[in-house]
Amino acid sequence: MTIAVINSGGANLGSVVQALNRLGAESVLTRDVDEVRGASRVILPGVGAAAWSMNALREHGLVDVIRGLTQPVLGVCLGLQLMFESSEEGDTPCLGLIPGRVARLPAEPGLRLPHMGWNRLAWKADDPLARGLDGHEWFYFVHSYAAPAGSAVATSEHGREFAAIVRRGNFAACQFHPEKSAAAGARLLRNFLEG
Amino acid sequence: MVAVRIIPCLDVRAGRVVKGVKFRDHVDMGDIIERARAYRDQGADELVFYDITASPEQRSVEVEWVERVAAEIDIPFAVAGGIRDVDRARAVLHAGADKISVNSPALKRPQLVRELADTFGSQCVVIGIDSMREVVNGKGCYRLRANTGDPDNMIDPDLDTRAWVEQVQRLGAGEIVLNCMDADGVQDGYDIDQLAEMRTICDVPLIASGGAGAREHFLEVFRRADVDGALAATVFHSGRIPIPALKAWLSANGIETRLQAESTAPVQ
Repeated sequence: MTIAVINSGGANLGSVVQALNRLGAESVLTRDVDEVRGASRVILPGVGAAAWSMNALREHGLVDVIRGLTQPVLGVCLGLQLMFESSEEGDTPCLGLIPGRVARLPAEPGLRLPHMGWNRLAWKADDPLARGLDGHEWFYFVHSYAAPAGSAVATSEHGREFAAIVRRGNFAACQFHPEKSAAAGARLLRNFLEG
Repeated sequence: MVAVRIIPCLDVRAGRVVKGVKFRDHVDMGDIIERARAYRDQGADELVFYDITASPEQRSVEVEWVERVAAEIDIPFAVAGGIRDVDRARAVLHAGADKISVNSPALKRPQLVRELADTFGSQCVVIGIDSMREVVNGKGCYRLRANTGDPDNMIDPDLDTRAWVEQVQRLGAGEIVLNCMDADGVQDGYDIDQLAEMRTICDVPLIASGGAGAREHFLEVFRRADVDGALAATVFHSGRIPIPALKAWLSANGIETRLQAESTAPVQ
């Protein structure tokens, strides 16, 4: 199996690679079009701002390549947000794989932004990513923007309900960081590799 | 609802974990990776590594041990110590740290906070604040200290803690760790009054630091100061407060904590 982790230029992309290493899966951090196309699994991670990351993907000719992938793809954090049509963050069009617009989480008294820390999921539908999880696990989130909960496989809540896991065919994504979510996150990553 | 975070702090000197009392008299507490792995297994929500010698000695943290921690540990961790510019921050983040924590260099040059937030996003940027109670003109207040890792070279930047908490948020800080120096190392409880006061002006996550000595101190700081996390060292390093028992007890007392379920034991 070849796993391509798309290098969209943000900080901390190595964490995903290291999490895969811990699972005994070798991966390559790349922005090479052929390497991404040819991989049997593709991970789209991302830390940073939506507009900036979309620019990086465009610059490397990856936007249409990602849209056209047929192998299993997993977006992580910003990678989930980029799968939607557009984002309020920098008011940018995104990959448009999933209908909806990413918006800032509400600022309310007593509600801190970023949403930073461990939170639980409410599962709305069964998914191969959920294999072996009992639904009560905690996952680590760090974000200020979030995608609409409407069609999500699982949601979480911070001021409002938002999409924590989404899926459209071979494209899946999670808003939290499985690579930083201890055993539960490792299980989810393994489900992605084996799914 | 997001759980409160229990955060062991590992003061690092020459690649070893150490702990002093009131920032002095450091005692060796063990190997970094060994400690980090043990805390991950106990259910720590996050780790903070402070290279306590980095800033006063004018050098930055080595990234080699950051890489080792990142390869081994699957929970978030922050690195502090001597991060004075964007390049250094990038090296530490690329080595695998989730966040960088900046203290003295931000006081010296506040614009650094904005540069870091603009380059890496606020979620990566933690501001560590060392604060002391003082009486000025007969009135109690909280004032900053810099270079606290080296008591002989400690600096009084002549700045009010409230003003700094507000300023760093404007500059893009994503989290604040408030270390209350009067309480630090003496295990008499967190400085609830100070933390509660800063909470009223802090919209980003606020982490309490300094003073944990008993499980009641954690309950008190979450209940009365409404902090998002509590950082401690000695009580965890010594094993006096086991993290699983602490989290279960906090949960039983109405504080939401991340408890590790049986079903999420490490996959083989």
